[in-house]
Amino acid sequence: MGITIYLLTFAVLLVGLYIVVAKKNIIKIIVGVLIIDYAVNLLLVLVGYRSDGVAPILSPGQTAADLAETGVDPLPQAMVLTSIVIGLGITALMVSMAIRLHQKYGTFDMNRIRKLRG
Amino acid sequence: MSQPGMTIIVKNTTRIIAGFIALFGVYIALTGHLSPGGGFAGGVILAAAAVLVVLAFGSGFAGRIVNEPKCHIWDGTGAMGFLVVALCGYITGGFFVNFIPIGTAHHLLSGGMIPLANLAILLKVGAGLAGAFVALSAFKYGRPRSIRRVGREL
Amino acid sequence: MGVEHFIVALILFMLIAALIAAETRDLLSAVICIGAAGFALSVIDLLLGAPDLAITQVVVEVIALVLLVRVVLRREDTSTTDARDALRTGAVLLAGGVLLVVTFVAVGGTGADGTIPAFGAATFANPDEALPSPVSSDYLAKGPAETGAANIVMAILLDYRAYDTLGEATVIFVSILGVYVILRQVGRRKQEPVL
Repeated sequence: MGITIYLLTFAVLLVGLYIVVAKKNIIKIIVGVLIIDYAVNLLLVLVGYRSDGVAPILSPGQTAADLAETGVDPLPQAMVLTSIVIGLGITALMVSMAIRLHQKYGTFDMNRIRKLRG
Repeated sequence: MSQPGMTIIVKNTTRIIAGFIALFGVYIALTGHLSPGGGFAGGVILAAAAVLVVLAFGSGFAGRIVNEPKCHIWDGTGAMGFLVVALCGYITGGFFVNFIPIGTAHHLLSGGMIPLANLAILLKVGAGLAGAFVALSAFKYGRPRSIRRVGREL
Repeated sequence: MGVEHFIVALILFMLIAALIAAETRDLLSAVICIGAAGFALSVIDLLLGAPDLAITQVVVEVIALVLLVRVVLRREDTSTTDARDALRTGAVLLAGGVLLVVTFVAVGGTGADGTIPAFGAATFANPDEALPSPVSSDYLAKGPAETGAANIVMAILLDYRAYDTLGEATVIFVSILGVYVILRQVGRRKQEPVL
């Protein structure tokens, strides 16, 4: 079961990679980058999971040693939390580039943009 | 209805709930050291409130509430606040050293500098993303004249 | 029926959404499919014991969806013209196959040689007393006493590893600055010729 989960996550990453390499539409490429982002975040969180683990938040009446026995790994979660927000910033950057290109060339298609540049 | 933005139903609903959404973002950030959430999630919720205002009222009218210079100011304030929190660590030790008594867990005033840093991150992320959305929505979509000439040649 | 089955079902949902986003001809459908994948990811985060990530992912997904729909809507060409050349696609599929096989070997060799840990194995809880304990279990065991924060993720993010957060804030600052620079209208004296 564990191997299945990892392989499915890699399959999602590969679909994103396929979109980025093989598609010619800029919006499609942005979508592909987002899919790769999701897959990598998911992979990092999966590595930190522990069977029947609880969230790494201390409840009232629970000791820290108790949490260390049952909690999931908090370190990948902290890294992924920043990565999600960075992904949104990068999305905004890519979207602004896309609408600039659309304003300049009137299309989202990379092939037609190359032809227009001559 | 020649006014910019959406219908009057959306505008009135936005008037009522946008403040609550922003308040919820601040709450999420301020209790980040006790419960799930934190500055990043709170900042994105704050930006979502700004996005709601801009979408409902149109970027022209909403520019009185959410505009680019304001977003720049709060963005810079958040970044500088985070650095100031980091530099205050020199009071007791070094960069990013906790300089406030940490208190006991599960109280609102605990965690030392973590609530202050959460507040700075809230301003930084919220104002930054809101400003980016305002810039994107205020963008003029018209095509320059020289482009049409090239398009005809194709 | 454990949590693993739900996670497998949700990742399959993400995979199907990604495939539809790859192959649909309508850009709006692709954008909505990516939204569906993001919401599935947030549910997976909730199942994996990461409520911070679930909250953040939901809100980020909504804003990203609004951004992308705003771009796609009211544009002239919403239909994609796919000029798919066989060589490029074949290369991608070949590379993907190689990557999958390498991953399979790496995952299959869990435990002894310590590559990718098996799913659900607590890799950071070191049963061997002789070795020093990994850093994550120390964060969990000593975090509330050392930082005073009940949420260990926030304790790591803003106290133990605040340098990472500073770098991350810098990255967001630069990317938002890039948006402003790309989109601003002032400063262009005249329309330069395209050719």
